Amino acid sequence: MYAYDELDRTLINERVEEFRDQVKRRLSGELTEDEFKMLRLQNGVYLQLHAYMFRVAIPYGTLSSKQLRRLAHVARRYDRGYGHFTTRQNIQFNWIKLAELPDALADLAEVGIHAMQTSGNNTRNVTSDQWAGVAPGEIEDPRIWSELLRQYTTLHPEFSFLPRKFKFAITASAHDRAAIKIHDIGLRLHKNAEGETGFEVLVGGGLGRTPFIAKTIKSYVHGRDLLSYVEAILRVYNQYGRRDNIYKARIKILVHELGIEKFAQEVEEEWQQMRATDTALTLDDTMVEDIRSRFSYPAYEKLPHMPEELKKAAHDPHFEAWRKNSVALHKVQGYAIVTLSLKPVGGPPGDATADQMDALADLADKYSFGEIRVGHEQNLALPHVARRDLPELWKALDKIGLATPNVNLISDIIACPGLDYCSLANARSIPIAQELTRRFANHDTANLIGRLHINISGCINACGHHHVGHIGILGVEKNGEEFYQITIGGRADENAELGNLIGPAVRYGDVADVVEDIVEAYLALRERPDELFVDTVKRLGVEPFRERVYATR
Amino acid sequence: MPLVKDGKITGDGFVHVADDAEISGDGAILISAARFLQDPEALSRRSGRTGVIWPNNRDVDDLVPYLDRLAVVALVFPTYRGELRATGQVLRDQFLFMLRAGFDAFEVKKPADAEAFANTVRRYSVFYQPTGDGRMTALHRRMMLRHSESANP
Repeated sequence: MYAYDELDRTLINERVEEFRDQVKRRLSGELTEDEFKMLRLQNGVYLQLHAYMFRVAIPYGTLSSKQLRRLAHVARRYDRGYGHFTTRQNIQFNWIKLAELPDALADLAEVGIHAMQTSGNNTRNVTSDQWAGVAPGEIEDPRIWSELLRQYTTLHPEFSFLPRKFKFAITASAHDRAAIKIHDIGLRLHKNAEGETGFEVLVGGGLGRTPFIAKTIKSYVHGRDLLSYVEAILRVYNQYGRRDNIYKARIKILVHELGIEKFAQEVEEEWQQMRATDTALTLDDTMVEDIRSRFSYPAYEKLPHMPEELKKAAHDPHFEAWRKNSVALHKVQGYAIVTLSLKPVGGPPGDATADQMDALADLADKYSFGEIRVGHEQNLALPHVARRDLPELWKALDKIGLATPNVNLISDIIACPGLDYCSLANARSIPIAQELTRRFANHDTANLIGRLHINISGCINACGHHHVGHIGILGVEKNGEEFYQITIGGRADENAELGNLIGPAVRYGDVADVVEDIVEAYLALRERPDELFVDTVKRLGVEPFRERVYATR
Repeated sequence: MPLVKDGKITGDGFVHVADDAEISGDGAILISAARFLQDPEALSRRSGRTGVIWPNNRDVDDLVPYLDRLAVVALVFPTYRGELRATGQVLRDQFLFMLRAGFDAFEVKKPADAEAFANTVRRYSVFYQPTGDGRMTALHRRMMLRHSESANP
């Protein structure tokens, strides 16, 4: 956990007071909705179809039990008793009243939570691996650098009015759980020959109307130069990024139009010029150590890998079904990382009720040193569970509906809020996801299919990351009717790729049938049971799937 | 129009001179970019102070050779579709960002707002970025606090 100090707390409180003043001026009519729009967007407040939506940051996906209880409180007191976890380590409340927003923010500020820059054309919440600090084989905890970036980008005067939104993600593991290749800037922590920490810097990734996988701009930037290098990128983007056309304003378009070499050269020139005149952004070791020192780690016990409790529980097939896909290895022997599916059969992906949040906070205190993580797949995790406690924890999670045994399986679906909430959407996402979870509710079938990610977006803005779903589903509108384009072969990890369209868009009522056809084709085509769906698509291309889906349509 | 400068309300000492009006050798004036670029050498060497009103879509490189000799560069915030900048106003909420990004002074549209603008400058006491405005960053303050703690155990 990162403990905010007096300075961090002061800034958050000052931000709350500023926002309180802004809301007051809006309610009195002193600010027009147009003027207020930019101000509220700086603070995560959108106007949706039915009400204001409030997006709260969970920087690098780390929450304390105290913070989770406070989110539950906000859901209960100011909303309708639930929250929605997003693909960028945020939580959204859909029914908040404008007049009450400053109080909600003030309540959150008491536990070090804020909503700064969760929307608007600025540097957004810095996201990271939800297993940061506990994943086996991780080079070092990327959250130290995430926090440095969080501070550096918070209320940055030069980058609070960028051409468009700007997102960072950072990982320190070989397997990328933070989807860094679909971010404006992706950072992969690694060490140079001298053993010094630095980063491969990737730039220009992003989904939306014009999707791109990020390209490497520099293979190694020393940790001390991270902020100045990032600033050079932001400066070049801020200067040349297009403000005249919202569809061409993201850095990915600039990188694409200039070409990565030319863009890299521009950045290099800016960076060298900055460094020649000013070293203020250079991080010295003591600053990094100061941030590091405020991350606390649990006092782990010496525990066996295979305790009696676990051996005994292995006879229960329900427990085993859950354990096999929810429990991951921890870097400390005797402990486990437990993923909690927020994808119950028939439920909207990523939603949690206030009661679930409170109950989970208690379980985190009891079993996970009071810590909870939030991942971009819209699931939660308990990062430090003693393996001997797994059977007990499972029973407790099952009671509160957080033990659906489908993590990474076909019903572990990412979906945006879609037309049920969002004013941008062309089509519904949630009911499609709900129907698919019912179709694939049989655990044995889902297990037979194996790892398969379905991502659903209700419009081209791609909040549901459909381009990088193993199966991607994009809602579009044709003559007032909802249609869905289906892509296959996308992925968001270290081998990130964009999916390919299998054919013409299909009707709302046909989507689940089409997905079933694709899955059946895969089961018939795969070489071995452990050849993943994406690998089969990679090997064979789209054609055999297209044939199967459209032969009878 | 009143000017909020260095956190205080002051008068504007510069006279706006229209493009077709006479320019005398002395006196503090503000002229358009177009007028200035007609004869930048002479205009930047007037004995009086010269300021240029620069549209933000114009390449600043054209102005760079004369920057040393100019007293004021007044950046214009023009109309963009639908966005806040569109109205040409500077909201008090943007004021501190702009001060930190290198601006020194602002024209305030309504005289009644000048006080609110001046107060906005004091809204924040913690800053995370070094920007050249002299405000100490949180990282540096922490280092100092640490240092003083270790000096006085």
